[in-house]
Amino acid sequence: METRNSSGLDQFCSLLFERPGLTLLDLAGANQSTMAFLTNLGHRVYSDDFLLQMDRCFGDGDFYENQADPQKVAQFLDAALDYPAQHFDGALVWDTLEFLSGPLLETVVQRLGNMLRPGSYMLALFHAEERAETIPTYSYRIQDRKTITLAPRGRRRPGQFFNNRSLEKLFSDFESVKFFLTRDHLREVIVRR
Amino acid sequence: MSSVPNRPTESFEATRTGNAVLGKSAVVKGQILSREDLTIDGEVEGTIEMQEHRLTVGLSGKVRANVKAREVIVLGTLHGNVETGDRIDIRKEAKLVGDIRTARIVIEDGAYFKGNVDIVRAEVPKSAGAAPAASAPRPATTSASPATASPAMAAGAGEIKR
Repeated sequence: METRNSSGLDQFCSLLFERPGLTLLDLAGANQSTMAFLTNLGHRVYSDDFLLQMDRCFGDGDFYENQADPQKVAQFLDAALDYPAQHFDGALVWDTLEFLSGPLLETVVQRLGNMLRPGSYMLALFHAEERAETIPTYSYRIQDRKTITLAPRGRRRPGQFFNNRSLEKLFSDFESVKFFLTRDHLREVIVRR
Repeated sequence: MSSVPNRPTESFEATRTGNAVLGKSAVVKGQILSREDLTIDGEVEGTIEMQEHRLTVGLSGKVRANVKAREVIVLGTLHGNVETGDRIDIRKEAKLVGDIRTARIVIEDGAYFKGNVDIVRAEVPKSAGAAPAASAPRPATTSASPATASPAMAAGAGEIKR
C-alpha cells in the first residue's frame, strides 16, 4: 500500500477539529485506520462501500449502460444513498463519483448535497489524466490529518473525465468548490454545502 | 475403557470452556438470553442479549437480530444493530449491516460493514485525574494547525465561492 499527502483531506479535517460529535459519511468501505482516526476525534462514522454497491447494482453486464436502467438506478439509490436530509456534517466520497455516468452522477451529487448540513464539507477525488482508458481504484484510508493510505482495488474505466469547469458545473448547487491539483494527476476537490 | 459415550469434540470443548454453540444446522427464531458465551454457526432471527458475555457469529453463522453483548466477534453474517460494552471485532470475510454502539471496534481488511459507528467511552472518574477531553482522546496529529498544501503536493489550487 502506498501513501500520499492530501491537502484536500487536511482541509476537510479542519472541520473535524473544530467541533466534536459530528456525523460523517465515509464511502470508501469500512477500514480500521479511518474508523480509528475519526472516532478518536469523537465523531460518529457512517460507513459504506460505494464501489461495491455500484458493482452489485450495475456490475452484471455493461456497467455504464446499466446506469441508465431506471430499475437498477432506483435499487442503487435505495441501497447506497437512502439517508435523511441534512443527516451528515461531512462526507468522504473519495474517487467514487468518477464511476457514475452523466444523469446518475447528477442525481447522486444532488442526493449527497441533500444529505449534508449547510456549512459541511465533502471531499472528492478526480483523475486529471484525460487520455487514460482505465484508472486505478483504491480503498482510501486516513492515516493522519494530511496523509492517505491507498489500498489498490484494480483498475476501472471512468464514466467521464472532469476538468475544473465541469467540476464547477457538477457542484454548482454547493456554496463553494476548492481544487487541489496534485502532481500525480489527481484533482482533490473540497465542496462546501 | 471409559463408559462415557462419545461426544462431538465441538460440544465437549464448548461445555468445557463455558461456551454454548448453536450448530450449523440449528435455526432459532425468537429471543436469546444467554448467561454464558455463545457461538452461532447456524441461523438466528430475533434478538440476542448477553450483556456480560461474548457472542461469536461463526463463519457459517447467519444472524438477523439486534444484539447486546459485552463483546461481539463476527466471522459470518450479521444484520442488525449491535451494542457492546467492550468491543466488536469484525473479521475478514465477515458481513455486518447495522448500527454499532461500542467502546472499541476492530475491522479486518476484507470485512464488509454498512452502518453507523458510535464509540461510547466509559466515563473516567474525575478523581482519577482524567482530563475533560478523556472521552474523546485526540491523536498527536490533532495539534497540527490547519496547514496549507504541502510543497510536494499542491501543484495548483483554486476556489470558487458562490
